[in-house]
Amino acid sequence: MASLHQLPPTRQPVGLHHHAMDNLRYIRETMERAGEFTAVPGWGGVAMGCIAVAGGFLAGRQRHPELWLAIWIATAALGLCIGLLAMLRKARAAGDELFAAPGRRFALGFAPPLAAAVLLTVVLVRAGLPAALPGLWLLLYGAGVVTGGAYSVRVVPVMGLCFMATGVVALFAPSGWGNWLLIAGFGGGQILFGAWIARRYGG
Amino acid sequence: MAKQSVVASEHAGRGRAGKASLVPGSKGLPELDRLIHERMRLGIVSALAVNPSLSFNDLKRLVKATDGNLSVHTRKLEEAQYITCTKSFQGRMPKTEYQLTAPGRRALQRYLSHMEAIIQAMRGR
Repeated sequence: MASLHQLPPTRQPVGLHHHAMDNLRYIRETMERAGEFTAVPGWGGVAMGCIAVAGGFLAGRQRHPELWLAIWIATAALGLCIGLLAMLRKARAAGDELFAAPGRRFALGFAPPLAAAVLLTVVLVRAGLPAALPGLWLLLYGAGVVTGGAYSVRVVPVMGLCFMATGVVALFAPSGWGNWLLIAGFGGGQILFGAWIARRYGG
Repeated sequence: MAKQSVVASEHAGRGRAGKASLVPGSKGLPELDRLIHERMRLGIVSALAVNPSLSFNDLKRLVKATDGNLSVHTRKLEEAQYITCTKSFQGRMPKTEYQLTAPGRRALQRYLSHMEAIIQAMRGR
């Protein structure tokens, strides 16, 4: 049996050490590349879209802007919780910590625009400009999906760009369109793209 | 060189999954699974470890392999029952999906432990 015992002792340990490190690096990189498929939950997106449609119709019936705002905030919070749970569930199905890097990368890209949206919501409400909120939310949520999904499969940043485009329309359209555009973007958009991701890349 | 020495060790001996100790004087270390030590098979198993299933084309893109090369390596992994293969039709197009089995996942975990053990052993010297 050919053995490493026969090799020069000075070179052998260094080579083995580097070979093992190289193998571990290759495994990690392959998993991270392959992990792109698992970072964004498809069926979770569909569920978020359904909640947005229901929340949007409920919010559209309200006469007071405060109630409209409260319903949309509750819808967003519920949607984000469902999205997070769906990501965790998908990660667990694919092998727990192996998923960590793509998931963390998505969260790091997604969080800053979302935080900006929260702060600007407070500012615009205080300034008495709630009509600008649908455009702002869609634009910044879309920006978060684009930056978070920059290293993911192509459909994810494309989805983000669609949200951003809907947000631009909402910013310049009559204020009466705002709620419908939110339903179309957060509802219809999430359902369509979520179903596509689930079908093409798994739940 | 060290890499050549590993290859030499890989080809030494025969077995179902081909196992042999890689580190000299390291009786406490787990045995090396030469079946997944091969770079492309290692890539296939690693990619499947983070996905419920992957199609032939997805795997081909991920491990940057040709059709023929990927077929040979997936067949070897199938024979060792590390992965399973499901063939179906999507419309008129044939579709081949691969999944990692429980023994395949255990083999990858053993291999990871082995690589970590080698690094630890070398650092301790």
